[in-house]
Amino acid sequence: MKAKTIDRIMTGVIVGVTILIIAVLAGLIGYLLVRGLRHISFDFLFSPPQTIRAGGGIGPQLFNSLFLLVLTMIITIPLGLGAGIYMSEYAKPNRLTAFIRLIVEVLSSFPSIVVGLFGLLVIVNKFGLGFSLFSGAMALTVFNLPLMVRITEQSLRGVPREQKEAGLALGLSRWRTITSVLMPVAIPSIVTGTILAAGRVFGEAAALLFTAGMSSPRLNFSDWNPLHHTSPLNPFRPAETLAVHIWKINSEGLAPDAAQIAAGASAVLVITVLLFNLGARWLGRVLYRKLTASK
Amino acid sequence: MKKSVLLLITFVLALTLAACGSKNANNGGSASPSESASQSADNAGGDVSGSFIASGSTALQPLVQQVSEKYMAKNDKVSIQVQPGGSGAGLSQVAEGTVQIGNSDVFAEEKLKDADAEKAKSLVDHQVAVVAMAAVTNKDVGVDNLTKDQLVSIFTGKVTNWKDVGGKDEKIVLVNRPASSGTRATFEKYALGTKSQDLAGSIQEDASGTVRKLVSETPGAIGYLALSYLDDSIKAVQYEGVEASADNVASGKYPVWAYEHMYTKGEPEGAVKAFLDYMLSDEVQNGDVTELGYIAINKMQVKRDVDGNVSNK
Amino acid sequence: MNLPESRSTADPAPPQTGKIAKHHLEEWRGKAYVYLCVLLLVVIIFSIVVFIASRGLTPFISQGVSIKEMLFGLKWAPEDDTPVFGALPFLVGSFSTSLIAALIAAPLGICASIFMTEIMPKTGKSVLQPAIELLAGIPSVVYGFVGLSVIVPFLRHTFPGQGVGIMAGAIVLSVMILPTITSIATDALRSLPAGLKEGSYALGATRWQTIARIILPTTMPALLTGVVLGIARAFGEALAVQMVIGNAPHIPHSLFESATTLTSIITLSMGNTTTGSLHNNALWSLALILLIMTFLFVFIVRLLERRVKRS
Repeated sequence: MKAKTIDRIMTGVIVGVTILIIAVLAGLIGYLLVRGLRHISFDFLFSPPQTIRAGGGIGPQLFNSLFLLVLTMIITIPLGLGAGIYMSEYAKPNRLTAFIRLIVEVLSSFPSIVVGLFGLLVIVNKFGLGFSLFSGAMALTVFNLPLMVRITEQSLRGVPREQKEAGLALGLSRWRTITSVLMPVAIPSIVTGTILAAGRVFGEAAALLFTAGMSSPRLNFSDWNPLHHTSPLNPFRPAETLAVHIWKINSEGLAPDAAQIAAGASAVLVITVLLFNLGARWLGRVLYRKLTASK
Repeated sequence: MKKSVLLLITFVLALTLAACGSKNANNGGSASPSESASQSADNAGGDVSGSFIASGSTALQPLVQQVSEKYMAKNDKVSIQVQPGGSGAGLSQVAEGTVQIGNSDVFAEEKLKDADAEKAKSLVDHQVAVVAMAAVTNKDVGVDNLTKDQLVSIFTGKVTNWKDVGGKDEKIVLVNRPASSGTRATFEKYALGTKSQDLAGSIQEDASGTVRKLVSETPGAIGYLALSYLDDSIKAVQYEGVEASADNVASGKYPVWAYEHMYTKGEPEGAVKAFLDYMLSDEVQNGDVTELGYIAINKMQVKRDVDGNVSNK
Repeated sequence: MNLPESRSTADPAPPQTGKIAKHHLEEWRGKAYVYLCVLLLVVIIFSIVVFIASRGLTPFISQGVSIKEMLFGLKWAPEDDTPVFGALPFLVGSFSTSLIAALIAAPLGICASIFMTEIMPKTGKSVLQPAIELLAGIPSVVYGFVGLSVIVPFLRHTFPGQGVGIMAGAIVLSVMILPTITSIATDALRSLPAGLKEGSYALGATRWQTIARIILPTTMPALLTGVVLGIARAFGEALAVQMVIGNAPHIPHSLFESATTLTSIITLSMGNTTTGSLHNNALWSLALILLIMTFLFVFIVRLLERRVKRS
């Protein structure tokens, strides 16, 4: 009887803690949305920021965040896939592999500020790329890469062994087996993982303070030639992302409505991350259904 | 249906890869114009062209950014990039030659000391604006004026209660800046005349917005801010009975101010020179400089050298 | 690795030579590609370590700062006439914020993972798991922003002090590392063999008895791994902590008094110092300490994982 009572109490405690966690999250999201949604309008999302006058928007920052995400993914995905394929298919169980595994682990737990400082020292100053989107993308690659490697490796390992052996038995080369037999099966979980990782890139600020910079030159959204200085597509211009903008406006903002802009931008950031999460789940599920049903 | 979705995804992936390829190609091309940052001056025709980078002080960045945009709108052959990163970063980059203009809140000689003193000598100073600072307190402390001695006592921890400087009975909370801050250096040099202490329990923030927020919310707090950050949420106290205002700074009555510097390595040429001239023109000085809360350099009736000696202009 | 090659060379049919050559080429290209990717990973990590160490060691090698002073010195006065670099207050700040954050987050995270695996797996999967993943996705600046506008004022009104300090930092961090701890704990609990639990239930043990006597002890090393990874993340977090901790370079007398961490002093001062100056290099030394701590955390995780495997 006594054991039963304890059991009930402890179950109550665990359920209570769980409710607390959900309450904290709901409070957090609610707080951000309630404070922020009021300031979100079409104008806010697409107009450029103001230094000292009220009514500035976050247009360029939003664009920069998305563009930086695309740039980072363009660098990260091929590299991460390659290294992930190595880890799951080519690596022999020896010291070298253990060492590489260790490297991936260390790389993924590097503090983002250390990565940012490395970016400042090497990419910004030594390579002379300056504060630019490209420098930012390289720094983000450094700590997105291990994530990508792990996602690819785990997804490939999740593929049933028989499928791989069937491919090899058909006389396909190992590379061919990977690309045409294993990859299609692994893609749903790779896509889900990648989008979740992308959400992290979207919100990163510490590493970008030192690499992509905190200024946002006026962009000419009618000029899409990546070679031009005011073109939004030029990867060698300094760019302030949404997360960095929140940081800057909170700390240095001169505009009278800085607090509202920060609140609005935070809400936009959280909504975007929410969309990433939901999108990743949805896409993963859809892909899984399509691929498994058609195979 | 299933197949078509799959096909679509494959197509999108392929497109991304293709975009990747073409973008890489573009990268190679665009690298040269933005990096070289050459100043191919073309003074013969009267107009200038070239591209350059101005980096450094975050306090000066809004002004340089705004003026550079105006300037580029007028001279479409000139391209200017403004990068904030701190006064120290700006000075070291201009001394190394990686950028053409280094923005700084302090004299180069104050940052580049000892082994780097040689570097400071190669830099040419362009003072483009003046920024003044005021001691600010939480609204509840009940003090309107502080003398230099009182400020020194507060910032070195000798006085810890507001009643000792004529306010109400409340503990003083210091909101200082980090030791590396240019704002702190200016405040120490011209308001205190001595170094302040990093006291236990004091708050340190580098960013003016955060300082303002903390001073306005924390009972008994005191900090210091540039005039452009003053608003109703905090109270600016007088210094030795003088109010911190642009007029008092210009006439030399209020001493807590500093120049905003734009350094070049050697005398500026071409586009850089043209831009700096524009910066000092009446249009900018009476317009953007004043608008953004700085004090125009041409309004100053006094001038000051690196050692702090003030003389009439 | 030689498997497919030996297979194709063993294939004797002469008309297929063209195809074999194509196979070889394909395989060779694929292999070259993945090896290149891995090589890049190795190059990246080595260059990070080398570059940061080259800057971070300068104060000790050529600028006359002793390692002992840096690690145990109490005074940080980089701009004084005789600069002093004692980083102990930052170390204390970093360790105490991340440990307290783990103390708050670990029980919460483990409870949440028990809820998800043992009590209501369905609700857990459909409500709690997405909620926790969302927590992981919220950017750190947003946490800092909320911390500064909600937690700091709350602490200021509730406890003596200014609100900023180690406690404020730890609370913000605990929410940030909760997802790390929870997801690793959940994985560990899920991978537990079902027979173990069923045996316990069959013997008449209640759910809590099974959890407390069987499940938690067996998964302990894995749970600790999650906690250590959480601490590692908290240790390296910069912006959110910097916004709420107050940044006085002293060891505070209470949890509600302004303190500093390694990351926050770097964020505050890096841009204000000139490259090559002693102050700047000392900040790189702090970054090097952060780097070494990362290695240490990974090492601890490795030790724990070895114990997981043994049990």
